[in-house]
Order: sequence, then structure tokens, then C-alpha cells
Amino acid sequence: MFRWLRRAYQVVFIGFFVFLVVLTTAGFIRSYNVQWLLEFDPLVAVTTALASHSLHRALLWSLVIIVPTLVFGRFFCSWICPMGVLHHALGFLARKRRPPDRVKQNSPRRSHKIKYLVLAVILGLAAAGSVQIGLLDPIASTWRGLATSVMPALGNLAFGMYQGERHFQWGTLITLVFFGALALNFVYPRFYCRVLCPLGALLGLLSKFSLFRIRKNQEVCKSCKFCGADCQGAADPQGTVRATECMVCLNCIEGCPRGGISYRFLPPMRSSTTKIDLARRKWLGAGVAGAVAVPFMRASDGVEPRPNPSRIRPPGSLEEDAFLEKCLKCGACMKVCPTGGLQPALHEAGIEGFWSPILIPRIGYCESNCTLCGQVCPTGAIEKLTLAKKVGEMPARPPVRIGSAFFDKGRCLPWGYQTECIVCEEVCPTSPKAIYFKLETITARDGSQKTLKLPFIDLDYCTGCGTCETRCPVVDRAGVRVSAANESRTPRSSISLTGGKI
Amino acid sequence: MSSNGPPGPYDQVPAAQIPKATQTTSAQSADTAGMDRRAALRVGATAAMALGSVGLALALRDRGSEKKTRALPTIKDHRAEKPAGATDMAIARGPDPAANVRKVIEALGGMGRFVRRGERVVIKPNIGWNRTPEQAANTNPDVVGEVVRLVVAAGAGKVWLTDASVNTAEQCFARSGIEKAAKAAGATVIRPDASAFREVNVSGKLLRTGDVLFPFVEADRVINIPIVKQHGLSLASMSLKNWYGVLGGQRVKLHQNIHLSIIDLAAMVKPTLTIMDATRILLANGPTGGSLADVKQMDTIAAGSDEVALDAFGATLLGLNPNDVGFIVEGMKAGLGTPQWQSLKTVELGG
Repeated sequence: MFRWLRRAYQVVFIGFFVFLVVLTTAGFIRSYNVQWLLEFDPLVAVTTALASHSLHRALLWSLVIIVPTLVFGRFFCSWICPMGVLHHALGFLARKRRPPDRVKQNSPRRSHKIKYLVLAVILGLAAAGSVQIGLLDPIASTWRGLATSVMPALGNLAFGMYQGERHFQWGTLITLVFFGALALNFVYPRFYCRVLCPLGALLGLLSKFSLFRIRKNQEVCKSCKFCGADCQGAADPQGTVRATECMVCLNCIEGCPRGGISYRFLPPMRSSTTKIDLARRKWLGAGVAGAVAVPFMRASDGVEPRPNPSRIRPPGSLEEDAFLEKCLKCGACMKVCPTGGLQPALHEAGIEGFWSPILIPRIGYCESNCTLCGQVCPTGAIEKLTLAKKVGEMPARPPVRIGSAFFDKGRCLPWGYQTECIVCEEVCPTSPKAIYFKLETITARDGSQKTLKLPFIDLDYCTGCGTCETRCPVVDRAGVRVSAANESRTPRSSISLTGGKI
Repeated sequence: MSSNGPPGPYDQVPAAQIPKATQTTSAQSADTAGMDRRAALRVGATAAMALGSVGLALALRDRGSEKKTRALPTIKDHRAEKPAGATDMAIARGPDPAANVRKVIEALGGMGRFVRRGERVVIKPNIGWNRTPEQAANTNPDVVGEVVRLVVAAGAGKVWLTDASVNTAEQCFARSGIEKAAKAAGATVIRPDASAFREVNVSGKLLRTGDVLFPFVEADRVINIPIVKQHGLSLASMSLKNWYGVLGGQRVKLHQNIHLSIIDLAAMVKPTLTIMDATRILLANGPTGGSLADVKQMDTIAAGSDEVALDAFGATLLGLNPNDVGFIVEGMKAGLGTPQWQSLKTVELGG
């Protein structure tokens, strides 16, 4: 009975999750809160709050998981977590047939403590100002996997029917990490959840306070161990139930042929244990390792001194250090970007910004009348913008700039080849246009005179949207390209004196 | 998803097999009196954790787009009141730079006219470049030392000396000889580290806000001691142009409109006194110089409170017509002073 109830919930939640990811497209989204389940994630709330010393409003939703976990234990893993559900479903990959073998598979191991060390490292990183949960947080990771790997693959197979063709740079890495995590079920069921998942570890810690727990009635127990045959969390119901590992899948209740196991309010203390058995100096060591890693990462790339010109952040992004305190690398903005131009960064934003969003205008430009990336960002790393604010009204209200366009005069058709072309000016969305012409009479190769329109850029109007670069007829490297210079999120990037901020 | 009472599976076990202890606890949900002390403590701990997390979350909650706007400080007017009949401008010529400084200050009525006992004073030489005194890219260290001594002697409570160098500050401060001379005379030398800047309102025609070295925000009096140099874009760098050196941030942007930027900054600082060093002047390849062939020995010091007048005088030393220098014209228009320095009450000494 529980099993089916739980399965029903699992199907509903993963279905809802996939539905929200699918809904995250310009065509469907309207004002739906598609990033809702990301906002539920307590690890997101805890790490971003630790790093930025403030909690994005939307992340108050995490209380909906935190408080019930304090009461009911780690139910999230078996009932709600989309990645947990996938792992649960794939548990059959290594599933042994004989129950005694399964009991062995699903028994506690020393390696199950690793996730607590992973959590400690992540909390240490966050305390030092770097949110690095993107790789291992199950919700962010499932989001990213679906958005930038699974759906583009399926969509492109279906001739781009759903969202048009989608390509993400080195998306293969995302595919390998996502499916690699799922493939760990070949080792033993729920390997990822038991060994690696930092969210599971966090919820495990909260479960130390849980009021509802699995209770075994020792007096009817004949030690057949059937209860442990399908235990998702390897929580040892056959011995003393480990409250921190129990995922409340309730398989033990159904597994017991004598009905000796129940899930109940305040069972006697000795019927379960909350001990994690990890020495304090290991906790501390892992946390310190995480915190210490941050200055080293910044000694490598730095946040400000030498930004990569390709680090073009989505419109509304916070200043880079604040951005890194909040960005999860979940890929929601990349999924929703109507042109597909938002891409997972590789080296462009330093090691801390791996898989964070950057605009690659050659793939897709920033749509002038669009603020969807800020709308779906679960943590406020990209602020919600109004269209009026994004587009601005010069000169009183400057637009939000994500960079600026520059001509490569050797590649631009009029500049380099004395050939007429006005595409960049034509598609430039600002008003007045940031790209303008000067007429110049030139002598062609055959000696004839002709008048050419030579394009120029007005820094004060250019928003760095990249429409010119996307549309430039010069294939591969365009004749006009955007770099992050003059982005408006930090005065340090500004080139122009207009605005009067130095 | 939870249930208080014993769930279904218990029904499968014949009642007789269920031990007595379990039977009693199975009715627990209705029997709160049976909750022992330990149970109450557990519920209390969990409730405290839950309340704690809710409270913490609410306390840390940010309000999204509602930006905290903090008021930026504005630099105060540092000018001193002019006693009736006092000299406006003094020019001294002679081989000893320190003696020239003493002469001009004495002619203006002594340092006590500008600095009162206990006041905090910031002195701003030009320490922009990694150059020796002979190369005439920075203010002469003997001039700096003498000014510091006079300010200390006037009873200043605090004497800062600072500049935002263009080259590596440590090397500029050392090679110019200024750090050594200033410290020996009793100044606190502030190097332009990132932490030395405060964001302030510039409220100029062009510049709205900027990062300024903190002594300029905190000081009661400001003394400008520039050097007279040729400059590639603005033609000359003297008193007014010296205020570029209070700024951090992206100051190279100012060159997009150099004359108005100079005036905005000079109007922001409003110095108490300017002592212009023309001991050696740089005639070419400014403002950096480098070759001694570009340097001319002038053995001149000029001082006063009118920076426009001083710069007009300095321009003549460089062989320029003050009316051709954009920032001098703009400075006059902005009411910062007059280029007709001869029309002021001027004293010329020595030479």
C-alpha cells in the first residue's frame, strides 16, 4: 500500500518537474513560476545565504522542505527529489534477485559518510563566498541535465519541433555527468544518493531531529532481515535504524512478513540512531578545505582584475562576485533563452563560473524585448528586470548593457572588402540605432568610384545584445563582435565617460 | 504521508502475538499524558529547530529589487577666509627650492593664514610616475619636505600626504624621493591601496560619483603642490590637473573630455592653498618625460589660492598662451578664478 502510494507521489513529482522544465520556453512560460522546485531546494537556500549573507525571497520556499524534514525525516529523497526518483527507478540495474544478497547491497557502508564530507566542503566554499553546488546538487543537476542535454537531444531528433534546434557548448560534458550519476546505479542501488548527494547529507543532518521514525518491534522480529532487502537509504532497519540515512521509502514496513515495523511519532530512542560516526576533525577538515579553496581559485582566475571578454552575462546579472555567490549553474536561464544564446561557460568565467551562463552571440543574441532569464533565475543571480528598465530611455535612463559591439575592420564587408552590407545596422534593436553609417566615396579595384556606407558604433546606445554579431553574414568569426566591455552591472567595466561614474 | 496510529501491517499479525508493551503504545496518539519528559524534550528541540530555521530565513530574506541607496559623502569646501589686504599670489625665484617655499608662504601671510592649530591637513604633490626628481615628472621632494615642515610647524593635528600614482605606487613614492622627505618632515604618507578610497559625490557637470582617497574626505584643509609640466592632451599639467590624482577607479576615461573633467574635480576639492613647483619644469614628452633633455631648470615657486591664476602663470613658463589652454578657460567660466594673475595682488621675490 505504502509502496504504491509512494510510487504515485514519485510519478506525480517527476512528472511535475519535467512539465516545469518543458514549460520553461518562451512559447509557454508566460508568468508561471517554472523554477519553483529549484526554489524548494534547502541546499540552494543554505549555500546562497551563507555566501551572500542574504536569502533571496523565493528561497523561502525551502522552508516547505526544511520544516517537514525536521518532523518526518528525509522523506524528500524518496517522495519528491526528481533525481532520487530517477535513481529509485534505475535501482533495478544492479538489483540482486535473492533477498539476502539485496540485504547486503542495501546495508550501510563506510563510503556512505562521504556525502557529509562533500556537504562540509560545499558549506566551506559557500562561507568563503563561492556557491559550488551546481555539480552535485540533485535538483540543479537534474534541471541542467534535462534542459541542456536530454531535451535538446530529443528536440533536435524531432527536427526542432519543440524549441527549434538547440546546441550547448560542450554539452557532452553535461550529458556525461548527468548520465554518469545515474549509471552509478550499476554499482549498487542509489549509489549517488547514499555516497555523494550533498542535499541528502543536509537533510540527513536535519533528520537527527525528526519526530516520526521507523520503529521496529524487536519482540516480533525473527531477524529474517527482509526489511533491509529494499531499503533505499541503506539505513539498516535489520539492525538499528539510522535516522540520518532513512529516506522514508517505507519498503521495510512492507518487507517485514510479521508486520513488526511501523513509521510512527516518537518511537523509543533506542529503536533508532542519529549517529553519523564521522570524527569532528574530519567535518572541520572538509569545511576548512572548502573555504581555503576559494582564495586559491581566485588566485587562479580572479573575479575582476582580468575578465574574459567572452564573459558576457545575461541582462540583470549581479556584479560578478555577487553573481558567483548566487548562481547555481542549473541552466534554467539557458533553457528559457529564446535564441539559445545563453550557454554554459567553460573557461570563460574562471573555474568558479564553470557552467554558469554566458551569452555567445554567434549562437544566439539577447532578445531586446525579453527578460525571461531573470524571470526564471531561482536565486536572483540574474535580477528580474522590467522591460522598461532593460530597454531604458536615453539619455535619462540608460539601458541595461551586457557588453558592447566592436567592428573587426578586416572582416567587415564594407570596411575590409569595399562591399555593401548594412545588416548589422538593419537589425540593431536600439532606438536610435547604436550602429550608424558614414558615407565615404572610395575608389574600387577597377578604378571606378563608389559611395559606401561605413558602419560605426555609438557606445552610449549599444547594449551588447549581439544581434549584429548573430546576423553578420560573415560566417564563423563575425565582422562585428560583442565583448563584455561596457557592461552596466559594474562601473568598472564601463568604457564611456557618459554617466559620470569613474 | 504520515500516520500517527499503527498502520495496516499490524492488522496482519494476530492480536495474540502482539506483545503487551506494543498494545499500550499503540494507543499513544490519544494519550498525550503518556508522553514522558524525554519525548517532550525531543518535540521541543525539533520545534526550536523549525522555528529557528523559519526565523533565520525570514531574517536573512532580501527584498529583491528594492536597492539600498546609501547617501554618498560630499567633499567640503576647504578654502580659508582671506584677511583684508592679504596678498593673493606670491612668486619666488632662487636656487634653493625650500627657501623659495618659505618666501612665498611668508609673503602670503604665513602658514597660519591657511592652517589652524589642530586641523587635519592633506598635502597633495604629484607622485604620478616612477621617475627621479631630476626628470621633473613629480613634485620636487625638497619642496614637499618644506611644505610638510611648515604645516607641522603651524600646529596641524594631522598631516596626510598622498597621491594616486599612475605607475606602481610603491616605486613612485620611493623613486620620487617624496616619501622619504615627507616622512622626515613629519607627514603620514598614505599609499593609494584599494582600501584607501571612498566613493563620494562629485556632482560636477560631467562627473557624478567617484572613488577618492580618504584624506580628502576627512581633512579640514587641502594643500596642492603640483609641478609644472607639458601634457600631450591638455597641453599642460599644473594645479587644476593635479586633482586627477585624488581619484581611483577608471580615471583613464576622463581623457574623453579632459578639460571639463579637470574643472569638475577642481570644483569638488576647493583647496586651501596651492604651492606650484617650477623648480624644474618638463617641456616635452609630458606628463611622463624621462629624458633630462626635456627638463628646464626654472628655480621658481608660485603660491596662492587661485588655481586658475597660478595655472595661467605656469602656462607662460611653458611658453603657452593661457587662453589656448582649455581647462584654464573653462576654470574661469566655472568661477574658479581668473587667468589675469597680474590683476591680483601679486608679490614677486628674488631672481
